[in-house]
Amino acid sequence: MRVFTAAVAMASGLIVLLGYFYPLDALTQLRVMLTDWAIIIAAMAVLIGIANLVFTQMDRIRTRQKNGAYGALLVLSLIVTFGFGLVFGAENQFMRLAMDSIIVPVETSLMAILAVTLVYASIRLLRRRADVMTVIFLLVAVVFLIAIMPTPIGPVPGDWLVIQFAGMFSRGGARGLLIGIALGTLLTGLRVLFGIDRPYGGN
Amino acid sequence: MFALILVLFTAVLLLIITYLRRKSPAILRRIEAYERLNRVVGLAVENGTRLHISLGRGNLFTSRGASALAGLAMLRRLAERTSMSDRPPIVTSGDASLSILSQDTLQAGYRAAGAEDQYRVSTGRLAGLTPFSYAAGTIPVTRDEMVSANVVIGDFGSESALLVEAADREDIHLIAASDNLSAQSIFYASAQDPLIGEELFASGAYVGAGVSHEASLQVQDVLRWLIILAIGVGALLKLMGFNF
Repeated sequence: MRVFTAAVAMASGLIVLLGYFYPLDALTQLRVMLTDWAIIIAAMAVLIGIANLVFTQMDRIRTRQKNGAYGALLVLSLIVTFGFGLVFGAENQFMRLAMDSIIVPVETSLMAILAVTLVYASIRLLRRRADVMTVIFLLVAVVFLIAIMPTPIGPVPGDWLVIQFAGMFSRGGARGLLIGIALGTLLTGLRVLFGIDRPYGGN
Repeated sequence: MFALILVLFTAVLLLIITYLRRKSPAILRRIEAYERLNRVVGLAVENGTRLHISLGRGNLFTSRGASALAGLAMLRRLAERTSMSDRPPIVTSGDASLSILSQDTLQAGYRAAGAEDQYRVSTGRLAGLTPFSYAAGTIPVTRDEMVSANVVIGDFGSESALLVEAADREDIHLIAASDNLSAQSIFYASAQDPLIGEELFASGAYVGAGVSHEASLQVQDVLRWLIILAIGVGALLKLMGFNF
């Protein structure tokens, strides 16, 4: 069974990859078909994932774990929203209300907390790692923020110099990091394609 | 055409170096975060505490999936090493396909350690499908489940700051790596042991996932030098007035 799953995964990967490089009719059709199948499987995976989420939360409630009430609230909300969505469709007024009045405000408040968290992390950075790189990191971040922020008096004098000069280094650094990540991505993909890494089929 | 040549060249190089590496293991440079990881894994098993691994939201249909696959390779080894612990590791992810693969990988790790009966499907969890719901679903695991070390590896965005903050508040060891530049800068500013750039993809080699992972690092080095050479030659030609 393990050999079979590996063979299917490798063959599918190679066909899709070849389909990109050689856009022959047969290969393209095969590539599109395999991609469609994968999308269907991924959609099923979402349902399985949600079931997993529900079972995990129900387990927390059953074993009376700490903050299990939040789990109960989550499961209840999920069932009600899912039921409404199935019966009335995604465009229903209740569904929009759930989105606009609950999900969007909650995520927005988390984003607000995030801003505070980042400022706090920057302050703590000097306490945690007081070295030259930390000072440069914080200095560049502050100078860059001053240069790009909107002010009531218009642009900060000399902002273009900061953006050009500091931007030159940060763009170069970012490209370097991205090249490294791209190489890592390529090698990881090839290991999976050759079946060396098999995060499927219980290998 | 160039892309195909690059892929073929890399593939051949990977196979050759993997074959050669079977005879002589690689000597890896010291990375503080991975050394600490190996220590905290041992400590977690001894203390009877838990390891929490966050695999991020890397969708396997996009190039972001590679960081998730690197995380899974690491998870496989960590599961094998911690399977005998009183408290099994918990894995959270923000993508449904990834959560299924994480369960599969955990089970494989337990099987390899001869402890498949200890495996619980509830230890591989989908924490949430949007960035902030994922963070909100992951933070309670850090807080409530006797976690002593947090390994955050994969594709994250700015929501990673909330995960780091939660680990910091509970005084939990944190090893963090991402393929996303925003998350990397957040980890650099707030995590004890951040991994920068392609260090994420070295995780397999540092936890002993096999010679192919060590070979991958060597291939990356070869390709990096070729790119440096190409950039240098390109700049020189441009200075000499050649347009391309």
